[in-house]
Amino acid sequence: MTINEIQEEIIEEFALFEEPMDRYDYLIDIGKKLPELEERFKIEENVVKGCQSTVWLHSFEKDGNVYFEADSNTVITKGIVGLLVRVLSGHTPQQILDTDLYFIDKIELRSHLSSQRSNGLSAMMKQIKIYALGFSQQAKQA
Amino acid sequence: MIPGVSIREVNISKPFDVEAIRQDFPILHQKVNGYPLVYFDNAATSQKPNLVIDAISNYYKLYNSNIHRGLHYMSEKATEAYEAAREKSRAFLNASSTNEINFTKGTTEGINLVASSYGRKFLQPGDEVIISTMEHHSNIVPWQMVCDERGAKLRIIPIDDDGNLLLDEYKKLLNDRTKIVSVVYVSNALGTVNPVKDIITLAHEVGAVVMLDGAQATPHMAVDVQALDCDFLALSSHKIFGPTGMGILYGKERLLEQMNPYQGGGEMIKTVTFEKTTYNELPYKFEAGTPDISGGIAMGVAIDYINSIGYQNIAKHEHDLLVYGTEVLSQIEGLRIIGQAKEKASVISFLVDGIHPYDMGVLLDKQGIAIRTGHHCCQPLMDRFAIPGTCRASFAFYNTTAEIDKLVKGIEKVKTMLG
Repeated sequence: MTINEIQEEIIEEFALFEEPMDRYDYLIDIGKKLPELEERFKIEENVVKGCQSTVWLHSFEKDGNVYFEADSNTVITKGIVGLLVRVLSGHTPQQILDTDLYFIDKIELRSHLSSQRSNGLSAMMKQIKIYALGFSQQAKQA
Repeated sequence: MIPGVSIREVNISKPFDVEAIRQDFPILHQKVNGYPLVYFDNAATSQKPNLVIDAISNYYKLYNSNIHRGLHYMSEKATEAYEAAREKSRAFLNASSTNEINFTKGTTEGINLVASSYGRKFLQPGDEVIISTMEHHSNIVPWQMVCDERGAKLRIIPIDDDGNLLLDEYKKLLNDRTKIVSVVYVSNALGTVNPVKDIITLAHEVGAVVMLDGAQATPHMAVDVQALDCDFLALSSHKIFGPTGMGILYGKERLLEQMNPYQGGGEMIKTVTFEKTTYNELPYKFEAGTPDISGGIAMGVAIDYINSIGYQNIAKHEHDLLVYGTEVLSQIEGLRIIGQAKEKASVISFLVDGIHPYDMGVLLDKQGIAIRTGHHCCQPLMDRFAIPGTCRASFAFYNTTAEIDKLVKGIEKVKTMLG
């Protein structure tokens, strides 16, 4: 699936819930189902720190695609992290760099990504792009 | 013991009726995420009554003018209103003169002003400044900065597990090198009401001056600077139902006279030549530049409003909320209250087993309930309790027990969702 196809899929899933609390229930579920990041990756270099919650983001490249694995110490952040990983993991660096993450607005979770200090998600987004850029530079050099 | 029982009698003009009072606050009557708003973030900032909102609006509609040197009608009117606010502030704190009432941007600026203008002048290498474990960052960092600059030492009063300040430990810290003691009157994170009268008396015995961070005390209790005999006290207008960006620094006239100005500019001078400037008299010496005129006037109106309700009424109602809230929250399985001091203001900090405060804050917000989560700008205090932060519900006199019931329901719902 392309990045946008995955975004559309998520928008459809969330459209099933009219009540905001139900959307959060679903988000919490996604967070709980996100595979735990191996302890060896929960290291300082992988920390994306917010004021209130912490995100760990591990990335690697395989056959020209970039993969992300992530975790958080708060359930809601973990749910959003889970969505971001689902959308962006397994694509080429260029596809990731070119992505417009419109699904965040559609499922009304923008506030979590725009808050500057509290949860580390905006910093995580930046970090994802930095990783993608790094891998794309590596690919060019190779 | 009723927290925040007024030291000074305040005239009560009408019986306390929380529903009538709520009508004075337009912001409270709205839905958030489909639920009627429950505002329990009063320790961060309080809401504003119509009178305060109207005062700001009327100033700009009717007599906006720069103050003090204007000759025209509106300037005189603005000056009169602004200086009337200073007199109201003097009476509010029972200061002996309006020369002791400096208008600031808020508590943070008040503390920085004293650290800078008093600390820099009087601290010598080897001197000591005492603060406590439960200080807000704004009563830590300014002292760290001035101590670093002057080669002075910062010493910290420890607390017990309930959040009580350890007075015996404080006594041990005091010595003839102690020059400044700066402590919070009421803790924003724990609600602890500190025994400031004792702290002040003991500090004066070794010749130190005492600054009080009064930001969280003044929303809840009458503060009488003469009865306390504190040397400085800072507060924020926005915590006492006035506008943001405004505050009061009280200082004893004798001390303010000895201090250098904090900032240079207009208002704070008497004469300026390129060779020499002479400074204006108190309180203008510390008020460089055009101030927040509407903010000052509206803060004066907020003080009128508090007086019209009466601190005795406020303290009684908030005490009831605190007792009720503590009781019903304690009954929630897995909920632990952080801060159970003997004397508390209406602040309840808590943690629920297995639930991160961030998740609790977000999911309560989705139910229309505004609380605060995190370290509350008190990282050393959180370290003391070995926790990353707390959830904090802080009540004002316009809150109700019915709202506390909604909080309890909300927490139970979050527990179910995350369980």
